Amino acid sequence: MLEFLESLGKITRHSFAKLGRATFFLLHALTGMREILPRPNLLIKQLYSIGVLSFLIITISGLFVGMVLGLQGFNILSDFGAEESLGVMVAASLVRELGPVVSALLFAGRAGSALTAEIGLMKATEQLSGMEMMAVDPINRIISPRFLAGFLSMPLLAALFSAIGVMGGHLVGVGMLGVDDGAFWAQMQANIDFREDIVNGIIKSVVFGFVVSWIALFEGYDAIPTSEGVSRATTRTVVNSAFSVLGLDFILTALMFGDI
Amino acid sequence: MQHSKTQDTLVGLFVATGIAALFYMALQVSNLGTYSSNDSYTVTARFQNSGGLKVKSPVSVAGVRIGRVSSITLDKASHEAVVQMRIESQYDNLPEDSGASIYTAGLLGEQYISIDPGASDDYLKDKSQIDITSSAIVLEEMIGKFMMNKAEGK
Repeated sequence: MLEFLESLGKITRHSFAKLGRATFFLLHALTGMREILPRPNLLIKQLYSIGVLSFLIITISGLFVGMVLGLQGFNILSDFGAEESLGVMVAASLVRELGPVVSALLFAGRAGSALTAEIGLMKATEQLSGMEMMAVDPINRIISPRFLAGFLSMPLLAALFSAIGVMGGHLVGVGMLGVDDGAFWAQMQANIDFREDIVNGIIKSVVFGFVVSWIALFEGYDAIPTSEGVSRATTRTVVNSAFSVLGLDFILTALMFGDI
Repeated sequence: MQHSKTQDTLVGLFVATGIAALFYMALQVSNLGTYSSNDSYTVTARFQNSGGLKVKSPVSVAGVRIGRVSSITLDKASHEAVVQMRIESQYDNLPEDSGASIYTAGLLGEQYISIDPGASDDYLKDKSQIDITSSAIVLEEMIGKFMMNKAEGK
């Protein structure tokens, strides 16, 4: 019994200590942003490896998710004779939920895990300590540009995901299943509100981009500098990102659409 | 990773497509493209029952949307619903004695206000009130009346 309480206390203390380290890390990374201004190349390089290289997986997944929504939505809506509402259904589910959430999960898997592994390996091979030896702050130089790049890429990727998804839904609904083209767009435009739906979707993706980048970079920076430690940190990045994204999605949805 | 001109170009392309996607969603997917200029005037109408009318429900004449409901409040003294609508200022020639009714689009569709133009030469202005109104039809009420009539008829 006493041992159980002791381990419980230990776990709690460790999690709080980790949260504290993560917060200091975040503050340090945010104040390091000003170092990017004189060296924009650092940011461009990271935008390339985080944003551009995620482009393909996001667009292809978006296309298929949109096509599946078109197909499934058509089957359900045709039972009620409301095939014309397919456009609304596809666009609303993509813009409000699937766009930000699925692209954040893909982003955590594609870019987040890579970031953790990269930073963790830098730590394991003592590149970060080497930088400190040369009086270069590794957080300002390494973490901040990656953080900013993740934060900037995420909304763009989510917007791409939703836009391509709507096109995929249009391809299946109008092109293959014969929903009226005019009704598809007209119903969509009548029911999707710019402020309520699109801006809220963008806000969600901004929050997810922030959280996923933070988790990925911190786990890498905080990893035990061994090959096993880095592999564990990478796993934690993907798991924790998925939890945080889905949990935050519920909270944000409740705040935005729930009238709670 | 070597820094190169191609990388700059690809990043530029990525950001451009991302922004293009945002614009695409704003204009093609949402109602932003169908917003006309913000010029509008406000007209109020009082209803016994506003039914399922909501803020942003459409206001139409002859089936053409000319504005939206901007607020629904309860008049504490008369217990009537006071509905404010914003009507686009290009439709500034609605006769003063027009009537407003709440209808339902389809059997289960959303409710909207339909304005039936009157014959007066004076037009509705900003903050004027529509006096002739007919309330929303509540399905339960109608079924209730129908049942009562049936029962009395026997």
